[in-house]
Amino acid sequence: MKSISCDVLVVGSGPAGLAAALEARQTGAQEVLLLERNDELGGILQQCIHTGFGLREFGQDLSGPEYAWRWIDQVHDAGLQVLSETMVLSVDATRRVVATSKALGMIEILPRALVLAMGCRERPRGALAIPGTRPAGVYTAGTAQRLVNIDGYMPGNRFVILGSGDIGMIMARRLTLEGAEVAAVCEILPYLSGLRRNLVQCIRDYDIPLHLCTTVTEVRGQDRVTSVVVSGVDADRRPLPGTEREIPCDTLLLSVGLVPENELTRMAGASMDAVTGGPRVNEGYATDIPGIFAAGNVVHVYDLVDDVSQAARIAGRSAARYACSTQAPTGPTVRLVAGENVRAVVPQLVHPAALEQESIALHMRVRTPIEAPVNLDLRLGERTLLSRRFRYVRPAEMLTLTLPQRLAGELAGATELSVHVRT
Amino acid sequence: MIDIQEFICVTCPVGCNIRAEVVNNQLVAIHGQSCQRGEAFVQEELRDARRMLTTTVQVVGGTLPLLPVRTASPIPKRLLLLLASELRRLQVQAPVEAGQPVLPNALGTGVDVIATRGITAA
Amino acid sequence: MPDATYDVIIVGAGVVGAHIARQLSRYRLRTLLLDKAADVGDGTTKANTAIVHAGYDARPGSKKALFNVAGNAMFDQVCAELDVEFDRCGTYVVATSETDLATLQDLASRGRANGVTGLELISGEEMRRREPGLTEAATGALYAPTGGIVDPFALCFAAAENAVSNGVELALNTTVSRLLLEGNRVVGVDTNRGMFRSRWTIIAAGLHADDLMRTAGLEGLVIRPRKGEYFVLDRAARSQLRNVLFPCPTPVSKGIMVTPTIHGNILLGPTANDVDDKEDLGTTAAGLNETLTGALKLIPGLDPRLMIRSFTGLRATGSTGDFEISTPAERPGLLVLAGIESPGLTASPAIALHVVDMLREAGLTLQERPEYVPTRKGIPRFSLMTTAEQEALIAQDARYGRVVCRCETVTEGEVVAACHSPIPARTYDALKRRTRIGTGRCQGGFDLPLVLEIMAREYNVSPLEITQKGGASALVFRRTKEVGL
Repeated sequence: MKSISCDVLVVGSGPAGLAAALEARQTGAQEVLLLERNDELGGILQQCIHTGFGLREFGQDLSGPEYAWRWIDQVHDAGLQVLSETMVLSVDATRRVVATSKALGMIEILPRALVLAMGCRERPRGALAIPGTRPAGVYTAGTAQRLVNIDGYMPGNRFVILGSGDIGMIMARRLTLEGAEVAAVCEILPYLSGLRRNLVQCIRDYDIPLHLCTTVTEVRGQDRVTSVVVSGVDADRRPLPGTEREIPCDTLLLSVGLVPENELTRMAGASMDAVTGGPRVNEGYATDIPGIFAAGNVVHVYDLVDDVSQAARIAGRSAARYACSTQAPTGPTVRLVAGENVRAVVPQLVHPAALEQESIALHMRVRTPIEAPVNLDLRLGERTLLSRRFRYVRPAEMLTLTLPQRLAGELAGATELSVHVRT
Repeated sequence: MIDIQEFICVTCPVGCNIRAEVVNNQLVAIHGQSCQRGEAFVQEELRDARRMLTTTVQVVGGTLPLLPVRTASPIPKRLLLLLASELRRLQVQAPVEAGQPVLPNALGTGVDVIATRGITAA
Repeated sequence: MPDATYDVIIVGAGVVGAHIARQLSRYRLRTLLLDKAADVGDGTTKANTAIVHAGYDARPGSKKALFNVAGNAMFDQVCAELDVEFDRCGTYVVATSETDLATLQDLASRGRANGVTGLELISGEEMRRREPGLTEAATGALYAPTGGIVDPFALCFAAAENAVSNGVELALNTTVSRLLLEGNRVVGVDTNRGMFRSRWTIIAAGLHADDLMRTAGLEGLVIRPRKGEYFVLDRAARSQLRNVLFPCPTPVSKGIMVTPTIHGNILLGPTANDVDDKEDLGTTAAGLNETLTGALKLIPGLDPRLMIRSFTGLRATGSTGDFEISTPAERPGLLVLAGIESPGLTASPAIALHVVDMLREAGLTLQERPEYVPTRKGIPRFSLMTTAEQEALIAQDARYGRVVCRCETVTEGEVVAACHSPIPARTYDALKRRTRIGTGRCQGGFDLPLVLEIMAREYNVSPLEITQKGGASALVFRRTKEVGL
């Protein structure tokens, strides 16, 4: 088996992998190797042909492919090594990576530092246990997106979409533009799961019916879906008897959540956060396995690609520093804990010593939306160290709170900080 | 007579809730926007709502079957479906450069439809 | 009317029909195996608990008891010959009350009467030692070391492929509407693809055995579908369970069990509800809830968030309560297999041998074919190989280096091989059963577009013609663009 060593190995070339690899090089790692399972770089961005990318990174409203190619061009210009059509099969705690590649066969890669950037995957029907038959015509929104935008095939003519995640709403528009009918978008929650601008430009612009507090309670059809039954739900998301309504359709699309893809992370033995579904990381996006870092949706699911690129840069930088043994944060860490109306905080651990060097951005989501001004507080015990005001908070929109360097002294000796959202 | 209209701004991912006071289709007061682009958005929605169209067109002789395209700038909302259906009948010959216009002056709007990636010849 | 006359027509290519076809392929016979579905094993075979039962359940002296124990004993050899994964891991029946302990005693003595070897009653404490996640309520268990787990689809298509390789003809998408009669004699079948004449007709049609018998005027036997709903958990849950666990049985069912599958998932179920519709393969909220509740009674720590799929199976429950295996005197030329519900999978290889004996006794001339090959080799399974084996395989064919199903690590090479195996995987579901593609956490979300492309290429058809399971189950409907290519 061919054996390759390098300074930094990045697994996955979506927005996270591209940014991490480039940043690792710019931080001083000489041999940076980027692995991609597809035949070209860019990951899922290549099928996200809609715009909305790059407003912060490039100050422009770009499509997914445009955003991807800006990064891919930089990766090529920087002379990074790239192995496409290569799938990682295993990773261990010593960072030994085994992969299979159509060109090279089985290969072993022994990097000094490893960045995991595999992205996330969609929750399928089975995870929801929607009752009914098992006909053809039940797809996740992302699979439909790939079929329509890359392969050029329509997975159906008349759709019901379950879930108001961004991909679901974007596909509602996309399918309409390709001549299909979207009979309904159903969301079990009383509010949207995706961004509000998608409500306007993907749903309302095309007069697509949106039903909140509604879910699919049965799939019907033998060979192919012939209809779905939708029902209203109560406050605990339980279907309300008597509200059932049958909607004829040939396809059910699911946009019911994304899950960080972490098989390799688990294989390496990294500690996981049960809430985010990703590894527990520190301010440099280091997992608790030495030399293994995590970038982008592997850590937690972001709503904006620009945020993925930004966080992945930090992971790439830390990986390069680790590989070059120049700098690695040391000393005790402080745990970050989700308090009132906060679902999870990333990073989960912070070195006060690292905060002395640079500020640290904390990312989090609320559990329930509040359409009124709120404070996001960072507390040490009962004492509020930092507070930021938001005009409203919504689970679909990630919140960021930046720890300024001046707090480094306050953090020294602390074991736990908590964040709370209060009205 | 003041007409109160609600908007969700689509200019950026924040999606501000904007309440506009409108008289004779003229904006007289505006609340809720967190930046200046909010007002510009509402002005345009009142005058002639515009959106970017993104779709694909068929490529002949390329390494991929489909080319992702978009309008170079937003076009009137009422033309979105019409242009999308027009583009379902368009064929483009590979190679294609990113940014290359594939349909100039789409539907007489003065806006080009451009490729959002390059595709090499097979 | 086709003039071809078969020696034997087998109606139904489930695990029973497939084993019979394989056994008949040893002899100089012209045999036709028919199924209405687009793939073999599409009925009860595809949706059951995948257990090779030890044989303590059935009443001593019954056909169920006889063929269960005989079939169980054949599994090591049959699975080795057919290249099918089988794990004789042993099974447990767990008692959670004093009454249950008495039931275990009954099961043990019944098992011994049936000839089951190695049965052992163990204490609740010992059972919890063997299964650390087991309910605290466990009071004891019956251990059956001869029980095991198998892949029922693999067993079925392996047997069918072996039969086809040995000359049996297979006709899929072929629905039998009635048996052909000449006087009292059954002389073949009428189907949607014409009539087929034969000297012997074997009904191995699961749920539909009674319907077919009725077309030849044979009344009396009734098959009631008994619905069982299941959940599958991701392989990430595998550490939560070590053993095959049954609760104590009730009069209608063996109860909701918790078992590892041969592929490392965990299977929960089944429920047991009599239904009327033989096509009613829908899951219900109530059934799935009952399944989960039942499973959690045995292993309270199972994580329901790891659910990746739910499905329904229909047991072909016969009105006599036992397997019905007979050659009705009033209909010469007909051999009926009916009511082959659990332990039908375990019994299937033994039933097949018995059927051959019955045909011989009834006068069918069975002349051995010296060219008969009892072994069959499955397609390579990349994920189960050592690194050195994987390397060698890729060196031979680079398509084994391209992973198209990330969750189950299935390669393009395996998909291509399945498209060109003796019974080609013509549908997505058929491919899934042969390669495990799309059976993992993402349930096909990643591989489906790639598979459409590969299958279309290998069969030289448009992706528009690829179906999930035959019939009108097309996966995609039209091209997005209205211009020709």
